Amino acid sequence: MRRFDYASPATIDDALALLAGGDGAVRPLAGGTDLLTLMKADIATPERLIDIKRLAELDDAIALDADGLSIGALATLDDLEDDPLVRQLAPALAEAAAAAASPQLRNMATIGGNLLQRPRCWYFRSSLVHCWLKGGTECQARDGENALHALFDQSPCVAVHPSDLATALVALDASVRLRGPAGERSLSLGEFFAPPTDDRRTENVLAPDELILSVRIPPPADNARGTYLKAMDRKVWAFALVGVAATVARDGDRIGAARIVLGGVAQTPWRAREAEDLLVGQRPDADLFARAADAALAGAAPLADNGYKIPLARTLIRRALAAVTADGAPPA
Amino acid sequence: MATVPVTVTVNGTERTTEVEPRTLLVYFLRDQLGLTGTHIGCQTGQCGACTVQLDGEAVKSCMVLTVQAEGHAVTTIEGLAPAGTLHPVQAAFWEEHGLQCGYCTPGMVLTAEALLRDDPDPDDHTIRHAIEGNLCRCTGYQSVVQSVRVAATRMAEGAQPEPLLRRS
Ligand SMILES: Cc1cc2nc3c(=O)[nH]c(=O)nc-3n(C[C@H](O)[C@H](O)[C@H](O)COP(=O)(O)OP(=O)(O)OC[C@H]3O[C@@H](n4cnc5c(N)ncnc54)[C@H](O)[C@@H]3O)c2cc1C
Ligand code: SF4
Ligand code: FES
Ligand code: FES
Repeated sequence: MRRFDYASPATIDDALALLAGGDGAVRPLAGGTDLLTLMKADIATPERLIDIKRLAELDDAIALDADGLSIGALATLDDLEDDPLVRQLAPALAEAAAAAASPQLRNMATIGGNLLQRPRCWYFRSSLVHCWLKGGTECQARDGENALHALFDQSPCVAVHPSDLATALVALDASVRLRGPAGERSLSLGEFFAPPTDDRRTENVLAPDELILSVRIPPPADNARGTYLKAMDRKVWAFALVGVAATVARDGDRIGAARIVLGGVAQTPWRAREAEDLLVGQRPDADLFARAADAALAGAAPLADNGYKIPLARTLIRRALAAVTADGAPPA
Repeated sequence: MATVPVTVTVNGTERTTEVEPRTLLVYFLRDQLGLTGTHIGCQTGQCGACTVQLDGEAVKSCMVLTVQAEGHAVTTIEGLAPAGTLHPVQAAFWEEHGLQCGYCTPGMVLTAEALLRDDPDPDDHTIRHAIEGNLCRCTGYQSVVQSVRVAATRMAEGAQPEPLLRRS
């Protein structure tokens, strides 16, 4: 790993001032589990790290109020997996956290850092390749080894978003509170995640001198249930080949509202709006779930090696919908 | 680029030193303090051989900077029980053949001990979920799960660290 300077400012304002002067060469350090991985491989080469875990104003608190559940940016994946409020009000998030990384990493990894982790595309993670996402001119994966890559084409880059939490949080209609030099702003995660463009080669619209302060999940609708399912190369401790988060609110014997979000298929968490539209107002049954799953994947444009993700995603959607509409289980 | 002073409590003893910010915790422990019971496998957060406890929680010390441990407490395998004794988790691994080559063992034991403090009576599913981040090439995990189960029973009965020599 290259040398860098380390700073541990006392206040958020001090941290923001250090970030603002840094021109991208200054990075916040939370748990370090992705940043250090990138730095060891020379993919990220910051000159200075700003330790945000020691900021008294930034916290890991998980609290409930009239606007829903608020989660401090420093909450760890382990906190989310075990927290009674999260398990009760946002089980899809608890399940996503439990399915991510490994226990020792979940003790360090924060929710803020998880949403900002970079793609796992093997070309991106290799110091030998200067691909488009790293500022180069070409995407090596598009016509290369792309078994782990996107089904939906949103940008010159076909890497997929690696975060399990992001998929669940979009299904939960969550938003992030950000603070930069100009003050605070809130963005829904649907706006926060954005496919990279020529001018912004990142997977979100966070500015280099902004911090994530917290994540907010609105109160669940009456009779709402949610879940997160993840397909992996091995049963535990791998990134999602496909992840599916579904939240469904019942209206009598019909579906009142639904969100279906896919991970592992696009540069950002992918909302299957066609499937959602098809579900609303209908009585849940296996035939409906199969049609919703087909609708969700209808627009998929597989690359040479990743066509297997289509039946995988369809199956996970059907299973997730069956799980959240099964009778007998208590609403959660 | 400057070194920075850090104070870390390692196995109960406060250690103050200067480190380069890029010094990983595992190198501080092994190279500066000579605590080579913490192993290095992959250095990328995958294998768990480098597992130590940070404020009692299992973490991968190849993924932590020493400066991140400033002001915190680290427990390595050397500090789990007083010198010359075996912690009940170590004793259970010995008796139940929870290790073969031993490469994964310090990390495995520290993960297991952290689990048992959190959940003194875990079922097999919970044990397996807890050790997901510790790879073992030898045992096939069955004997590790058995060791943790036996350790839980012994600790519930009040087992204390016992002298190593009695066992040889
Ligand atoms: C072996 C391994 C397996 C993994 N498996 C999975 C998996 O299955 N599923 C999954 O979802 N993830 C997985 N991960 C990723 C892991 O969950 C993330 O690395 C972790 O959540 C990042 O959080 P952190 O606090 O360590 O972030 P850091 O590494 O500290 O930071 C990541 C990035 O976010 C920035 N940052 C962090 N916090 C803030 C903030 N509050 N405001 C502004 N910028 C910030 C940093 O500057 C950096 O650019 C895995 C990681 C490893 C190493
Ligand atoms: S998919 Fe994205 S990250 Fe991978 S090589 Fe192409 S541009 Fe780079
Ligand atoms: S050496 Fe740290 S996880 Fe493998
Ligand atoms: S005992 Fe050999 S790796 Fe586990």
